Amino acid sequence: MIKINDLHKSYKMGNSSLHVLKGIDFEVAEGELVAIMGSSGSGKSTLLNIIGMLDIANSGVYELDEVPIKDLDETKAAQYRNKFLGFVFQSFNLINYKSALENVALPLYYQGIKRKERQQKSLDYLEKVGLKDWATHLPNELSGGQKQRVAIARALASQPKVLLADEPTGALDTTTSYEVMDLIQKINEEGKTILVVTHEHDIAKMCKRIVTLKDGVIVQDKKVNQELASKYV
Amino acid sequence: MSRRNILFDRDTWQEIFGSISKNKTRTIITVIGVLWGIFIYITLSGSAKGMDNGFDKAFENVAINSMFLWAQRTSLPYDGFKSGRSPQLKLQDAEYIKKRVPSVEFIAPRNTRGLFDGGQPPIVVRGSKTGNYTIYGDTPEYVNIFPLKIFEGGRYLNTDDYKYERKICIIGERTKSELFEKEEDPIGAYINISGIYFQVVGMHKTSDEGGFASDSDIYIPLSTFRRLYNTGQDVDWFTIAASDDADVVAVEKQVKQVLRRIHRVHPDDERAFGSFNLGEIWNRIIGFKDGLTLMSLIVGIATIIAGVIGIGNILLISVKERTKELGVRRAIGATPSEVRKQILLESVFLTLLAGIIGIILGAFVLAGINAGTANLDDFPFTNPTVPPSYIIGALFTMISMGVLIGLIPAQRAVSIKPIDALREE
Repeated sequence: MIKINDLHKSYKMGNSSLHVLKGIDFEVAEGELVAIMGSSGSGKSTLLNIIGMLDIANSGVYELDEVPIKDLDETKAAQYRNKFLGFVFQSFNLINYKSALENVALPLYYQGIKRKERQQKSLDYLEKVGLKDWATHLPNELSGGQKQRVAIARALASQPKVLLADEPTGALDTTTSYEVMDLIQKINEEGKTILVVTHEHDIAKMCKRIVTLKDGVIVQDKKVNQELASKYV
Repeated sequence: MSRRNILFDRDTWQEIFGSISKNKTRTIITVIGVLWGIFIYITLSGSAKGMDNGFDKAFENVAINSMFLWAQRTSLPYDGFKSGRSPQLKLQDAEYIKKRVPSVEFIAPRNTRGLFDGGQPPIVVRGSKTGNYTIYGDTPEYVNIFPLKIFEGGRYLNTDDYKYERKICIIGERTKSELFEKEEDPIGAYINISGIYFQVVGMHKTSDEGGFASDSDIYIPLSTFRRLYNTGQDVDWFTIAASDDADVVAVEKQVKQVLRRIHRVHPDDERAFGSFNLGEIWNRIIGFKDGLTLMSLIVGIATIIAGVIGIGNILLISVKERTKELGVRRAIGATPSEVRKQILLESVFLTLLAGIIGIILGAFVLAGINAGTANLDDFPFTNPTVPPSYIIGALFTMISMGVLIGLIPAQRAVSIKPIDALREE
């Protein structure tokens, strides 16, 4: 699903440049649930941003579902993001003046799906994350866990090939974190490829594979025995 | 990915309406600027039009290229005469003026009793009723210069009346009501003016704005007047209309020059003949009206522009506030052009919304002013309307300004990369 070869990324900081990714080789097959770990500054978020087409690598090859991702302008990147990727952020990033339903429907709006269909689909996804009854509520009327579940529903709504989660439990307490991970595991069980950036070991252990970054290179890549989050819920 | 025609898509408008209606404070503050601008514009240009109409109405009965001309006292000695002499206008002056000044289209000599001569107006008797009324001696040409409204069934004096010195008269509305019974038809009846019986042939309705004319005036043929009051060839004043394309001020100068020659007055004596030039006054009023209209246009448009700039300003701030939201939209698939269009359409929509409310409010205020001044006859203000072209022009200005101004925040919104917008903590 994801194929990355010798990926480099550096940022210009005044006169010096900061080499963040120093040759990443990385592959993800369909249906995997991968945790990307590392301390801050290790380059894990940069890697996720490049995979998410929010950032562009300086050199190297990136293929998503056998489509080479290169020479992207903003318009093309937006269209690819809309078609291939679903994002889950640490701070949820819901639009605060839109209801839960409207938030979930937004990627479908940008896909050009008709209103009726959009609403039906969004409602289905809200039901899937267990928030059908909260469809008309605004984000500030929801708890943190609920907000993240709405965000997950939004990320799923456009039926992406890959779900990218950047510290999805970073703003949540332990119990809620496990609830969200439980949901992510269930979605993964249905066959969705998911990448989770985290620095929490207990969250990483709930994935099927852990990739550890340090100073811009992958230092460890191992399959693990997935710990089920439902145990703790 | 399907790309729809964004302008005619219900979803686009729902998205914009959502963003606008959910940010109420911002929307209201934004709208007030343009609303105020268009309100000022509509009220000002409507008022200017109202005054325009008011002046037109006040002068509708007047040939605006006309003047009155009378004799005063000479101020310079000339040709053996001392200064301080009063020249006497004569009937034959009219023919002479017409011959020498071709731009004079109509010239009507007038005589009167009971207006400028300081005496009591002549007594008019009908049966047991009497009254004192100003009597005018007129030629048929007079109505070409100052049209009179004659009530149905009557007529004004004609050339035969003048030629045969007929004893006929046209009475005023008030004269009728004072000398006749309410239901009586005055046409054909006889009234006694200064001891002579005249047959009433018409009744006139005088508008208030016609200078010293009043609704009690009685008009008789000038020829008859001369016999009745024994005025010979003397004329009290001339009423002159210049042809439409002539310069009334120049005509006035030429006529006075001719009169000075006839009456042996010093060519430089400006005081020998007095005049009141309606054309000149009218020109000034037109200048004033045009100035007023232009000013209201400039002030109105400038206020609208200021308002639209205000919208741009607030949208710019709101784009900054909404950086995160716009970043999220970009991350989940909004293309830069979709974001740009959204900000632009928000700008245009807010501008238009404000404009339409402003137009409606302005219309209400104009209607209020109109109702309030409807009974004020001496205030020149009638039917204050704003020409559709002005409104369309204003709307066009607003839309194009809204687009232009909206481009700045729209460009700002697009220039923020989604990754920067999302990296906020």
